[in-house]
Amino acid sequence: MIEIKNLHATVDGKEILKGVDLTIRPGEVHAIMGPNGAGKSTMSYVLAGRDGYEVTQGSVTYYGKDLLAMEPEERAAEGVFLAFQYPVEIPGVGNTTFLKTAINAIRKHRGEKELDAMQFLKLIREKTKALGMSDEMLKRAVNVGFSGGEKKRNETLQMAVLEPKFAILDETDSGLDIDALKIVAEGVNALRSPERSMLVITHYQRLLDYIVPDHVHVLAAGRIVKSGGKELALELEKNGYRDFGASEAA
Amino acid sequence: MTANHSPLHPMTYSTRGADPATAPAFLAPLDEVGAGLPGSGLSWLTDLRAAGRERFAAVGLPTIRNESWRYTNLRDLAKASFQPAAPAAAVIDLLPTVRAEGQDGPRLVFVDGRFRADLSSVEGLPPGVELLSIAAALNSHGDLLADHIGRLASADDRPLVALNSAYLADGPVLHVPAGVQVERPIELVFVSVGSEAQATSCHPRSLLIAEAGSKAVVVEHHVGRGTGTTLANHVTEVFVGEGATLHHYKSQRDGAGAIHLSHIAATVATGGCYDNFILTTGAKLSRNEVVSRLDGTDARTHVSGGYLVRGTQHADTTTLIVHAQPNGISREVYKGVIDNTARAVFQGKITVCPGAQKTDGYQLNRALLLSDGAEIDSKPELEIHADDVKCSHGCTAGELDDDALFYLRARGIDRDTAQGLLIGAFLSESLEEIAEESIRDAFQGIVAGWLEEQK
Repeated sequence: MIEIKNLHATVDGKEILKGVDLTIRPGEVHAIMGPNGAGKSTMSYVLAGRDGYEVTQGSVTYYGKDLLAMEPEERAAEGVFLAFQYPVEIPGVGNTTFLKTAINAIRKHRGEKELDAMQFLKLIREKTKALGMSDEMLKRAVNVGFSGGEKKRNETLQMAVLEPKFAILDETDSGLDIDALKIVAEGVNALRSPERSMLVITHYQRLLDYIVPDHVHVLAAGRIVKSGGKELALELEKNGYRDFGASEAA
Repeated sequence: MTANHSPLHPMTYSTRGADPATAPAFLAPLDEVGAGLPGSGLSWLTDLRAAGRERFAAVGLPTIRNESWRYTNLRDLAKASFQPAAPAAAVIDLLPTVRAEGQDGPRLVFVDGRFRADLSSVEGLPPGVELLSIAAALNSHGDLLADHIGRLASADDRPLVALNSAYLADGPVLHVPAGVQVERPIELVFVSVGSEAQATSCHPRSLLIAEAGSKAVVVEHHVGRGTGTTLANHVTEVFVGEGATLHHYKSQRDGAGAIHLSHIAATVATGGCYDNFILTTGAKLSRNEVVSRLDGTDARTHVSGGYLVRGTQHADTTTLIVHAQPNGISREVYKGVIDNTARAVFQGKITVCPGAQKTDGYQLNRALLLSDGAEIDSKPELEIHADDVKCSHGCTAGELDDDALFYLRARGIDRDTAQGLLIGAFLSESLEEIAEESIRDAFQGIVAGWLEEQK
């Protein structure tokens, strides 16, 4: 279970999160929606542990542990996964090398035996096939020369390989056409399980047609101002964020 | 062959800012050891040594007042009072190699500048290929040495070449006859042992000759096996004949007390190719000068490398590519990683002589600074006297990409490993310049070892 309590965070001295409370139980999919500048991406970076995002108040308890006290790699090893809005291109580091290093780092942390080259290849073939990815994408450098859709598929592949307990999907729909969105959403849905929680961060309701949440929250001006079921997303789609203090319906 | 033959290529560096006061300390030991140097019956050699001595006495060590030494200060050398290294019978095990385990091949080993026959082997060389020490070659191949030594490296323009000439006694000689292809890499190993009690110096001279249409691969290893202060002042002259190819790789992993100075001067004839790659990870102070002259048409040279320094290390890379004839191609790709308060220097000059039309010159130097105290001084320079040429250069200095670092860490990869992946990726662009896969792998292994030490 993940319990976020009264979370305040600043970036460059400016307070972005102003007291977020949220509890996510195993197996639940929560969506956070909100206008631009509401603090959605800040929330995802704070949870993943990025430098420069300073928590000034509040706590995040992750399966009984203090998440905020952990380094990003410890959080990942404990099962936190952030699917990036803008996956980073890393020239010179092969996608396969990256995936193998990551999975073995996490297995090591969990006290599991590291995968050898053969075991890794077998696993990766299986997962790429399920996501309709080509072997060629594995041979390239991490995200270099990938289309928007390929990058998001690569994020989904990483998620499938690393099998997190808590996945944060930051604007996974951005930059995707409807076909790519369907493929990625299918990949994500295939990973839904009673043990795995998800936090889906999105500006648009569209993504939630494909990844249907259990709960929807509206984040505005650094706070959760409304919570409800999946029908709340439809309401937002109709009325926009105007009611929540956004200057315009984006 | 006369003694005072003028160098084939006068260099463009001046000896302005000379400091003759530093000379006596370096030359005094010659009074004792000079008479014992090999080949004393050869007039060309005694003249070459005398000219070197005279020149160094007049100019002393280069100083930072000299434009080409602006960023590398040898001041501390003058304080150390170096004595010529005594012949070392030191037991040397675990010689560095690029060969797979159990695979042998030709190899010459020098300990503190002296040839060690007991550690060397010339097995597996094709007929006609000569690989031996200068000390031995003075007896058997006097004409070959007289015809080549001092032709490319000029004592007049370079004080350290003058000093090397004054002490000229030993070093490797490789002669590949016309048309001969040497398949196995030829390894040249230079071990610095030195002495705990005394700063020691040596001045090896190397001669590499690839005659027309021949092909060879030379790999140099420079390693330290002691903790004392050692000065190795290398001069290497490289002759690449018409249509010949010489690949020349060097890894400098000298110890923490080492000062590594090296001047490599190469000439490439029509249609020939000289590739040079230097990987620097060792020594407290190093300077690698590479001068590659395309003296024939349609000649090529790739002069590249990587420098990885930390602590208070200082590594200087100074290159000069001279396009003397048309249709030449030159390419330089350097990558550097600098940590702590280490400092690196890159000075790269490309000169295109009048008439050297259709020249294609490319130069890149990129440095990665891992800490606030790290420093890189970059000085690219193009001097073009022909109108139909393509020349470009680029220099950058930057830090590790925070976004990339976080991305890797967010996937469970710890900070050190993530940094290592990014540094390795950064360096790969230069290592890819190494044509032979086995040597590239071996050098990548050296980089990986350096990154391990980081942790």
